[in-house]
Amino acid sequence: MKGKTAILEGSRAVAEAVRACRPDVISVYPITPQTHILEDLARFVSSGKLKSQFVRADSEFSAASIVYGASAAGARAYTASASQGLLLMNEVIYAMASTRLPVVLTAVNRAISAPITIQPDHQDTMSLRDTGALQIHVESMQEAYDAHVQSFRIAEDPDVQLPLMVCMDGWVISHSYEPVTVFPDEAVAEFAGSFTPVQKLDPSNPLTYGAYADQDVLMEYRYAMMIAQEKAKDKIRSVTKEYREVFGNFDGDLLDTHCTEEAEVVLVAMGSMVSTIRAAVDELRSEGRKVGLIKVRTFRPFPRDEIIAACGKAPVVAVLDKSLSVNSGGILATEVKSAFYGGSSQPVIVPFIAGLGGKEVNRRVIKEIVDIASRAAEKQGAQETVWMGLDRSFFS
Amino acid sequence: MDLPLGGVCKAGESRKLETGKWRSFRPVVDKAKCIKCGRCAEFCPDSCMEIKEDGAEVNLYYCKGCLICMRECPVDAITKEVEEK
Repeated sequence: MKGKTAILEGSRAVAEAVRACRPDVISVYPITPQTHILEDLARFVSSGKLKSQFVRADSEFSAASIVYGASAAGARAYTASASQGLLLMNEVIYAMASTRLPVVLTAVNRAISAPITIQPDHQDTMSLRDTGALQIHVESMQEAYDAHVQSFRIAEDPDVQLPLMVCMDGWVISHSYEPVTVFPDEAVAEFAGSFTPVQKLDPSNPLTYGAYADQDVLMEYRYAMMIAQEKAKDKIRSVTKEYREVFGNFDGDLLDTHCTEEAEVVLVAMGSMVSTIRAAVDELRSEGRKVGLIKVRTFRPFPRDEIIAACGKAPVVAVLDKSLSVNSGGILATEVKSAFYGGSSQPVIVPFIAGLGGKEVNRRVIKEIVDIASRAAEKQGAQETVWMGLDRSFFS
Repeated sequence: MDLPLGGVCKAGESRKLETGKWRSFRPVVDKAKCIKCGRCAEFCPDSCMEIKEDGAEVNLYYCKGCLICMRECPVDAITKEVEEK
């Protein structure tokens, strides 16, 4: 299908996609760097371009609670936040996931205080990784648009019924401008379909949401979410495949790969950093270096088998993390190592902390990472975490 | 037993929950002393007290045995007994 390509801000691209998916209820509380999405959507509603119920809230906790209630009442519901705002939503997102409400949430990644900062990293969404919500991480404005168009159908599928967070790095994606191809609203609306809830609040058939459960079933409800996330894998694959068929260009599903064939070093990363790695990998390949890239799109559900398959016979895997579990290490690296545990192929896995609090990760840094990882291959066994750009003079 | 999606259940299911099983002490009303003032019913957190013609009556299906009724009774018409299981 032919779309219209324009130079759009990342936030605007998201708002265009959300508008075309026609959510019944939107409730968002402003926070940098998410606010432009909220402003664009509010403008669409006030000008009549979008017929959603736009509910202003007094906090992120309220905004999340409002979309929780809307979703329970059978409405297609949308919210967005960042950083501290996501932490304030945390309790409600757990409840959304466990009561199986398919709210779509844009998470504009920003580091967590203190010190207070507005720079991007993944600490906010990683703090929500165990809620049961699905997480799709995007690398560009175009993918931010595409992922939102796909998101409602994935979340609302009767076999899935889980909240879905589309995660995009603050500033780099939310506030930068790039050519984005936007498809006609009618076509997007048709693709996104409408929400047919499995159950909903109805005064003539009253239901209790958030009922009490004891030790006899609480564990069973957690396990039910494990099954739903596994089923979400198939749904994500089929929706992205259909998206390619209907709209044309779209790469990857649970993950995407670049130059992994016969690679001697494979880099694994998420978010906007992936674009930088693509450029660095292309330069290194032109110099004859056998380097590849795996972009993890869905951190939840985590594509463990797909990562192992995509790494192939690569002897070295370097994992780049923009988040930290204190005293453990990079969170993506921990999960990648866990995926390989007990398997027949065991590459040397080198964890890197890169870009925490928005610290610069450019092509030079990526090439340095490749060099460090290549050297690490000589040393077998567990690898220490490498902190890129850390000023060690403070600690000597 | 089925596992309803998201733990969502029909409203009013808590009526079936016999909270009276939790009781260690049972309130006992001496109807001869009871003046039917309704104070026990006002204070009962589980709405287990009903003021009938001949005095206050405890709904032992739901009463958890907190004994707030005994504490609040202005004429000491309510006493406690150990619940034998």
